[in-house]
Amino acid sequence: MRYLSEYRDPDLARSLLRQIRQTVTRPWVIMEVCGGQTHSIVKNGIDRLLPSEIELVHGPGCPVCVTSLELLDKAIAIASRPDVIFASFGDMLRVPGSEKDLFMVKSEGGDVRIVYSPLDAVQLAKENPDKKVVFFAVGFETTAPSNAMAVRQASRGGLSNFSVLVSHVLVPPAMKALLNSPQNRVQGYLAAGHVCAVMGWEEYEPIARQHKVPIVVTGFEPVDILLGILMTVRQLERGEAKVENHYLRAVSREGNRPAQELIEKIFEVTDRNWRGIGVIESSGFRLRPEFAQHDAEQVFDLTDMKVSEPSSCISGLVLQGLKKPHECPVFAEECTPQTPLGATMVSSEGACAAYYSYGRADLLSGARSNQDDPE
Amino acid sequence: MKDGNPLENFAQCSLPLTRHSRVQLAHGSGGRMMNELIRNLFLEAFDNPTLNQMEDCATLVVEGKRLTFSTDSYVVDPIFFPGGNIGELAVNGTVNDLSMAGARPLCLSVGFILEEGFPMQELNIIVDSMQAAARQAGVAIVTGDTKVVDKGKADKIFINTSGVGVIEHEFVISPERIETGDCVLVSGTIGDHGIAVLSQREGLSFESPIESDTAALNGLVSAIVETAGDRVRALRDPTRGGLAATLNEFAEQAGVSIEIDESSVPVQPAVVGACELLGLDPLYVANEGKLTAVVAPEIADSVLQRMREHPLGRNAALIGEVTSSRRTFVSMRTRIGGVRIVDLPVGEQLPRIC
Repeated sequence: MRYLSEYRDPDLARSLLRQIRQTVTRPWVIMEVCGGQTHSIVKNGIDRLLPSEIELVHGPGCPVCVTSLELLDKAIAIASRPDVIFASFGDMLRVPGSEKDLFMVKSEGGDVRIVYSPLDAVQLAKENPDKKVVFFAVGFETTAPSNAMAVRQASRGGLSNFSVLVSHVLVPPAMKALLNSPQNRVQGYLAAGHVCAVMGWEEYEPIARQHKVPIVVTGFEPVDILLGILMTVRQLERGEAKVENHYLRAVSREGNRPAQELIEKIFEVTDRNWRGIGVIESSGFRLRPEFAQHDAEQVFDLTDMKVSEPSSCISGLVLQGLKKPHECPVFAEECTPQTPLGATMVSSEGACAAYYSYGRADLLSGARSNQDDPE
Repeated sequence: MKDGNPLENFAQCSLPLTRHSRVQLAHGSGGRMMNELIRNLFLEAFDNPTLNQMEDCATLVVEGKRLTFSTDSYVVDPIFFPGGNIGELAVNGTVNDLSMAGARPLCLSVGFILEEGFPMQELNIIVDSMQAAARQAGVAIVTGDTKVVDKGKADKIFINTSGVGVIEHEFVISPERIETGDCVLVSGTIGDHGIAVLSQREGLSFESPIESDTAALNGLVSAIVETAGDRVRALRDPTRGGLAATLNEFAEQAGVSIEIDESSVPVQPAVVGACELLGLDPLYVANEGKLTAVVAPEIADSVLQRMREHPLGRNAALIGEVTSSRRTFVSMRTRIGGVRIVDLPVGEQLPRIC
């Protein structure tokens, strides 16, 4: 299949691994920002094929994982109302709120529906004029254009029964926040290819410069990721710190301008509370005031919410790349995808779920990886 | 981060939701949650040696003859999908459950639950295709039941089929006979049925339409048993939960680990593409006309060849082997030479978010 099989090519992957081994001379810590990359790494066994000098740590790029508990509880409260059809991407449904998850709301009679696009939710609003249709607008810059489009269509079509519960987060402020942390270990970034497809990579240049970290815009297939690692290691070994883009088939420096313009019309930048990390300044989107009638937080009275976050899991540390999922005392014990203590164990982009599903070290310790002999 | 040290306000997670006071969809999706429901509720309540074997069908000894007995309910939405409909699925599914014990299916019962207002013409089409499927599989539908419920109390049509079969050889085909060194075969491309249904449901269309693989596998099973005799250890059709669920059931029941090779697992390119689009893993997508066979290593090549000569096994492949009995899990050698776990799915596979 074009654009797929060539990026999963075993020979190319082996050749890149060989080049990485030849290039690296000392230990480096590299963070892949996006949870989609984390899953690809563990699912393909890339982490076990790399030379021991290279440590991959997993970044906060999982929108489901960083959606604040307060917003999740709001979603659950809205979805429980009899006059509401609550539409969401499927990933959000199993994330535990303070007391329950959205699947439980569904089993209690709430009208919760999985959609593949926010425009499907707009369609639901058209078809159900007597219901309030709410879409859970979660995501990074990647999903912002389609969510913006949904709001614009609802606004232009006079669909007063459509609103969005916005939990949009932005990647560059989180990357900066991690680098500013006194515990930071990250020496190079694999930037999230899909985010850059929308936003371009200009905004990463000051980060690379100021913090002296190489940033390589990276895709999601095994060959993409190995190439991203190789380019990052080359920069690190040479003492360089610039932004490079190898995800040329999807990303340009300026990004997708029409998408950015649409985002700009509908959203404005706001501070946002990242679950497990805390409030990061100017790190999210909210609806512009002129779209207040489509803002679920304005449409519904959501005061009196009691949010409780006990602290038995370490997802905050995992999301910051300070701990690996299997270093958590409750990993694969109390905490499994079936009984998640944190969102990182639920989402298809969560690092804990990736480790649990594909890479439990205790099980794989006896299994060999086909490492090429270094030349 | 606004307030200085970011580590001061991290690590907040919520309460574990270990106990469900209501039935969740995932309790019926063939994964870990369904497994627990069966073990903790049904097995506890109905406890008996036949049921406790946890096979797709029960084996009963009646006057020295071994009979197999199985039941399955069909609630697929949409009821018509590329390559089939709910009716033939209901016939083939129960025929297959009987066949996986190596039995010759004899007859079926059919129970219909119909929603008031369901178009008679559609019911006609479904019933005709059920009869065609039964004839194809060589079984008769010998008894039945019909219930109609108020409009809105059921979704169009639900069908239950039960069936009886007879085992005509002396040995036992069961995962418990799996041994280290055995070979794992699959009879063709995986994920076709799940993607055919899902693409119909989501209104997706592909250059080459993906059709359900619904088919009765009793003929293919006969061919395998003829070739391998008692060296066929276990057979199962990977329906809900896909190939991953079946391999995990084998590993758990036999107390072994199984390693498969990603590049050997046959998947249609269109299914690979659809899975990419929908964020699914073909290993977890349902099949309705495929089987997984575990056979002794010395017979694997002959069985594979025999499967490929059968119309329903043309794309059969040797996908892996039973590696050890120290730990019970399934792993997969990835295309690029890495290794990963293939876990039992938890519940519904969820579409990805971005």
